[in-house]
Amino acid sequence: MATKSLKKQKNKLADANRQLEILSSGIFEDELPTFKDKVSQTHQFPLRPKGLEILQINLGYMCNQVCEHCHVDAGPDRKEIMTKETMQQCLEVIQTTGAHTLDLTGGAPEMNPLFRWFVEEASKVGIKDFIVRSNLTIIRANKKYHDLPDFFKQYNVHVVSSMPHWTRRKTDKQRGVGVFDKSIKALQELNERGFGMPSSDLRLDLVYNPSGAFLPSDQASMERDFKKALLEDFNIHFHSLFVITNLPISRFLDYLIASDNYEDYMYNLVDAYNPAAVENVMCRNTISISWDGWLYDCDFNQMLGLKVASKVKHISDYNEEVLNDRNIITSQHCYGCTAGAGSSCQGSVT
Amino acid sequence: MSKTYYDPADLRNFGKITDWSEELGEKFFDYYGKVFEEGALTAREKSLIALAVSHVVKCPYCIDAYTQDGLKRGITKEEMMEAVHAGAAIESGATLVHGVQMMKKYDKLSH
Ligand code: SF4
Ligand code: SF4
Repeated sequence: MATKSLKKQKNKLADANRQLEILSSGIFEDELPTFKDKVSQTHQFPLRPKGLEILQINLGYMCNQVCEHCHVDAGPDRKEIMTKETMQQCLEVIQTTGAHTLDLTGGAPEMNPLFRWFVEEASKVGIKDFIVRSNLTIIRANKKYHDLPDFFKQYNVHVVSSMPHWTRRKTDKQRGVGVFDKSIKALQELNERGFGMPSSDLRLDLVYNPSGAFLPSDQASMERDFKKALLEDFNIHFHSLFVITNLPISRFLDYLIASDNYEDYMYNLVDAYNPAAVENVMCRNTISISWDGWLYDCDFNQMLGLKVASKVKHISDYNEEVLNDRNIITSQHCYGCTAGAGSSCQGSVT
Repeated sequence: MSKTYYDPADLRNFGKITDWSEELGEKFFDYYGKVFEEGALTAREKSLIALAVSHVVKCPYCIDAYTQDGLKRGITKEEMMEAVHAGAAIESGATLVHGVQMMKKYDKLSH
């Protein structure tokens, strides 16, 4: 596992423009079709929103982990954190939005010092599905986070957590030594509060993304394998498994290039292109808000610095009607969302 | 023509064998697809069998494909290596069991 973010390492790939340059040159000049060309073949270009369902708010890039594949380039050395002023602007938007789901992400959103205040305020609005993407180890990282399972329960938060594998070795390789044991402990604590238990309303879903340069298998069979292994070995329950494809950006792009897997990976993504998945890519029902209040089609475009192509670009000017009338910005990283059964923060899309 | 007999990029073009014999190619791929669907055996179990056989027939394309397939399915490296040993054991057993034939022939020909 890395110990520093690309930004801290002063790695050239910390620059979003450099990533976009790589994704638009080389094999995409003569060997493989660009995403635009591919989508145009089935007359699905440009991608347009279908109606907002999910507001995804990134509370900051700080994280207690430095996972190898992280598309956020998050880590303890990242200082970007949402301020109270921006949170207040978000709360105003949450009051009036047509979205039924609020999705808090990061980094580790819990590391924002105003996280609990924000959850309390946001939950007053009575949004239908209130997701917090929690990396599990944060609960065990420091005493001040130990009561997070109770806090989540108090506000009926829907917990979505990453779990790269049901074996210690694979998990620790991707996310760091000790991550597996801490995650298991955290899952047991969540189960004790009722999260993830069969027929419980306290939702606990897990996210799986491959720990290497390969695409994930189908969600139903992965879920079956995860459930069986976690139940047999640790008596752990959870509701659904979301299978997510790694997108070729940020640290995962760095890994692909360094391990000489970039071209094969892009070939695999293009080969697995599925026009049916294009219909349901998450940018069509999501707005992603960054820690500093800028608006994006999705969390990936946020990391690539691709702001929405709309007159409204910032939370301070938020207008859902205007935002819904926009073209979505795409590039070759989008092939990650349309491979096989498709991929989104909610898992497969077909 | 490339300078080596095997080119990893050829695997991507496997489907093109239908270009020169459409009917047979398509029949093969239909059959192939059907074989690897979930059935009495899970797709995961079939993937491990395919990996073992890939080694026995020593096909680098198949080893490439079924190592990736195993990773996709969350199959661990220990499971993969055990499958390869299962294949190797049968292969060496198949060689060694012919030793009985040798022994019989030897005994028949000599006093
Ligand atoms: S826990 Fe999530 S945000 Fe943090 S480094 Fe890992 S992948 Fe990135
Ligand atoms: S990367 Fe973002 S913009 Fe591209 S298809 Fe996926 S969700 Fe849409």
